[in-house]
Amino acid sequence: MDALIEYSPSLLAGAWITLQVALLSLLLAVSTGLLGAACKLSRIAPLRWWTALYTTVFRGVPDLVMMLLFFYGGQVILNVISDHLEREMVELDAFAAGVLTIGFIFGAYFTETFRGAFQAVPAGQMEAGRAYGMSDWQVFWHILFPQMLRYALPGIGNNWLVLLKSTAIVSMIGLADMTWLADQAGRSTHQPFTFYLAVCVLYLAMTAVSNHVLQHLQRRYNVGVREANV
Amino acid sequence: MTVKANNELLRVDDLHKQYGDNEVLKGVSLTAHSGDVISIIGSSGSGKSTWLRCINFLEQPTSGKIIVAGEEIKMLAGSKDALKVADPRQLQKIRTRLSMVFQHFNLWGHMTVLQNVIEAPIHVLGLSKKDAMERAERYLERVGVWKFRDTYPAHLSGGQQQRVAIARALAMEPEALLFDEPTSALDPELVGEVLKVMRSIAEEGRTMLVVTHEMGFAREVSNHVIFVHQGRVEERGHPREVLTRPNSERLQQFLSGNLK
Repeated sequence: MDALIEYSPSLLAGAWITLQVALLSLLLAVSTGLLGAACKLSRIAPLRWWTALYTTVFRGVPDLVMMLLFFYGGQVILNVISDHLEREMVELDAFAAGVLTIGFIFGAYFTETFRGAFQAVPAGQMEAGRAYGMSDWQVFWHILFPQMLRYALPGIGNNWLVLLKSTAIVSMIGLADMTWLADQAGRSTHQPFTFYLAVCVLYLAMTAVSNHVLQHLQRRYNVGVREANV
Repeated sequence: MTVKANNELLRVDDLHKQYGDNEVLKGVSLTAHSGDVISIIGSSGSGKSTWLRCINFLEQPTSGKIIVAGEEIKMLAGSKDALKVADPRQLQKIRTRLSMVFQHFNLWGHMTVLQNVIEAPIHVLGLSKKDAMERAERYLERVGVWKFRDTYPAHLSGGQQQRVAIARALAMEPEALLFDEPTSALDPELVGEVLKVMRSIAEEGRTMLVVTHEMGFAREVSNHVIFVHQGRVEERGHPREVLTRPNSERLQQFLSGNLK
């Protein structure tokens, strides 16, 4: 217990890193997902093909393998380039590499979530907007987007929970997130169980708060929907 | 409205619509003057709904002219069988003058009744929220659904939803109203309340184009009936003439199967 108290500031600092990685990845994943969904629903065929390739590859390779490939492989490529240009070696930042990898992997999942949600909005809703003289942008912003969110929220919630937990893999490329710090502290104090348990509790706290926020959002975006009581 | 009687509000000239090899509209025309109530009748698949939806360009015609209050919708040759709009802003403006009421209401599900009615007046016509609310309350009152103003559409019956949709159309204060089979999706006992509202707004002198299966409405409310068969206008004229003494065999058949 003394060990845990001694290391708690550093664990909490690690938790903060974890949260930063998760939130920045989420931002990237949601933006990529919206763009990806727009491409998948586009009338332009090459856009659909490239997005299909993206979602297939990024959903088909384990997160950890993708991250190691990106971090170490990316470093090799950077070295070749800097050698070639006779510049000083540039080191790939573990934080940025983590955010980019997780962001793009989950961008692929969000692409599918948003695509399904956009398609779930009945065509008549947009038609009514157009018939009343709204511009394409107004139809999107006032009608399609808010209704799409209603269908997307359950999927967004799931993706977020999985994403949050996936951030633990950044410890494998040496980023001092809470999992990495717990590992270090556990080794030096010979109390791995205590520290991993502490990490579990911290992750649970984050997911519990997330669930609460998500439930609130779902209530908000479900107004006007008749609920089925089974 | 200060439109003079007999002012031409809407003209559709020789409209064609083709889906691949299937020509759904084979050159149909109509002229609506201020205060006209025109019923377009015909069996399903005759092309009557497509015709109405081409007028505000929810479907792209293959050829033809559409002139709203003297202003012709500018079109370009588009892909395949469809024309496309040359100036989206012009189309948006023209659409605000032709409000549509849909078969399946198409009320926006994430908005309350009141929000549905003020949405387009605020964002499209540029009314202040206060003015739009006043307008909305007036028209909701007019069609008898004012008490539901804070309700979401999913909690209303079909007839109530369609009356809200009519209030939404009226709140644009359009020059003409387009009704696309407004009672076809309703349970029989709810048809009456919607027809009653439509009749009463017709009596205010509003210009209406109604695609309908309701022969009673066509006969008693409209001053002009158009019978469409296989993409062509088979017969047209005053309902007393057309519906009581049909010339064509087609219309005779149609009416005998539709005795109401």
